[in-house]
Amino acid sequence: MISLSHVSKRYPGGHQALQDIGFTIEPGELVFITGHSGAGKTTLLKLLVAIERPTAGSIIVNGQNVGTLHPRAVPFLRRKFGLVFQDHKLLFDRSVFDNVALPLQIAGYAAKDAARRVRAALDKVGLLKHERAMPITLSGGEQQRLCVARAIVHRPAILLADEPTGNLDADYAAAIGELFRSFNQVGVTVVVATHDQALLTLLNPRVIALRLGALAATA
Amino acid sequence: MTAWLAQHARCLVATLARLASTPLGSVLNIVVIGVALSLPVGLYVVIDNLQASSGNLAAEPQISLFMALDASRAEVAQTDARLKQHARVQRYRFVPRDQALQELKQSSGLADVIDGLPQNPLPDAFVVNAKDNTPQALDALRDEIKQWPRVDHAQLDAAWARRLDATLRFARLVVSILGLLLALALIAVTFNIIRLQVLTQREEVEVIKLIGATNAFIRRPFLYYGALQGCAGGAVAWLVVGGGVWLVNHNLGELSHVYTSLVQLKHLKAVDGIGLLLIPAVLGWFGAWLSVGRHLAQVDQGFDK
Repeated sequence: MISLSHVSKRYPGGHQALQDIGFTIEPGELVFITGHSGAGKTTLLKLLVAIERPTAGSIIVNGQNVGTLHPRAVPFLRRKFGLVFQDHKLLFDRSVFDNVALPLQIAGYAAKDAARRVRAALDKVGLLKHERAMPITLSGGEQQRLCVARAIVHRPAILLADEPTGNLDADYAAAIGELFRSFNQVGVTVVVATHDQALLTLLNPRVIALRLGALAATA
Repeated sequence: MTAWLAQHARCLVATLARLASTPLGSVLNIVVIGVALSLPVGLYVVIDNLQASSGNLAAEPQISLFMALDASRAEVAQTDARLKQHARVQRYRFVPRDQALQELKQSSGLADVIDGLPQNPLPDAFVVNAKDNTPQALDALRDEIKQWPRVDHAQLDAAWARRLDATLRFARLVVSILGLLLALALIAVTFNIIRLQVLTQREEVEVIKLIGATNAFIRRPFLYYGALQGCAGGAVAWLVVGGGVWLVNHNLGELSHVYTSLVQLKHLKAVDGIGLLLIPAVLGWFGAWLSVGRHLAQVDQGFDK
């Protein structure tokens, strides 16, 4: 469960990114955070995984207050999440397989077990035949699916995606949307920050709308 | 536990691969470290050799007692008896003048000159070891022996050995200071090399941090790199010093044909050699630790802004 109350974030220099945000996301929900660029979507996701700290309010993820979490505990918080980035953040010096294996290496899985899970994740996103390829040889849509595979390989309870379809054609975007739906159907909490109307229509999720850093409406 | 070991094994293999992926750069770095280390280590070997050859002399000072040239056998026997009964003499050795001449002939290479002498110029002599080896007691004993009848001269042999010992101790101090400075240099060199590596891998560091890597996990490959590089540098230093000793011995071999005595430098002891591999490894590890720690602190700050 994710629960925010009275969360504000002001950046040094005075920019108020978020103002008095409060909402709750139940386990297994599919939620979109929408709003124009600069509305605070990305900042909100960063707060959830302690990339940024709130200046006020509390953020509770699975009973832990993320806002005051000790830096040493942050890596273990992040392992509960799967993260999908708009710019993929793939490592281009290693193969598709090794990119997906990264979270498992970090968590200390045995090589054999890890290989099995990596192939399962690649199969899920339809990239199994590319496992030996280098990421640079993949198309934009494939790279985004690779990023999704890396996000779900360690079977996180929560999937966070920041503008996952931002740079993609409609077809590719729909494929990513379908992936999110299938994860949600097996019980994964999916939180997507986006302004992609087509994706919204496709998945028909609960929407948390942000406007200039404040909550606009909760549907 | 096995997972932990597997992680470390994988990290070691990856680090070796990384060293091998830029062979020229790695080799140059390792040679720089190795050559720098071989300087104090080489001096250490030389001093160790000098100390070994002077050690037995320095440890037991002796008093050489020379009889008058015209002392009779009876007078020599009398002195012998006195030494035997003396409370402060531990043991002594009689060197007859004929034997002394023979030894001089064999060891100095001056046989022709000595054969040409009309008579033996050497006196009978005793070499005396005292029970109490403190400088005061030795001086007192020497002064006493000097007063005995028909004793021409008594000489304490410890002075030059003590002087050599003090000189060697000073040289050791110099080597220690040099070693310390080069240890600092090794840390600094590793710090810089690792800093450049972290910069080229900044993207990777940020990504794996985002997906839940602990600082220890991020640090590990760099620590391995620093330690391996230091260790390899130590190995190079061992080779350089070993090669130097071999070269010196090779040339000394020719030299000892000219002179009669055989002088040979001893190689670095195995224990010291292992230290030479381990200490730079620890220093390299430390330099890398400082370097990555500094970068991680910067990354953390960057995230909080």
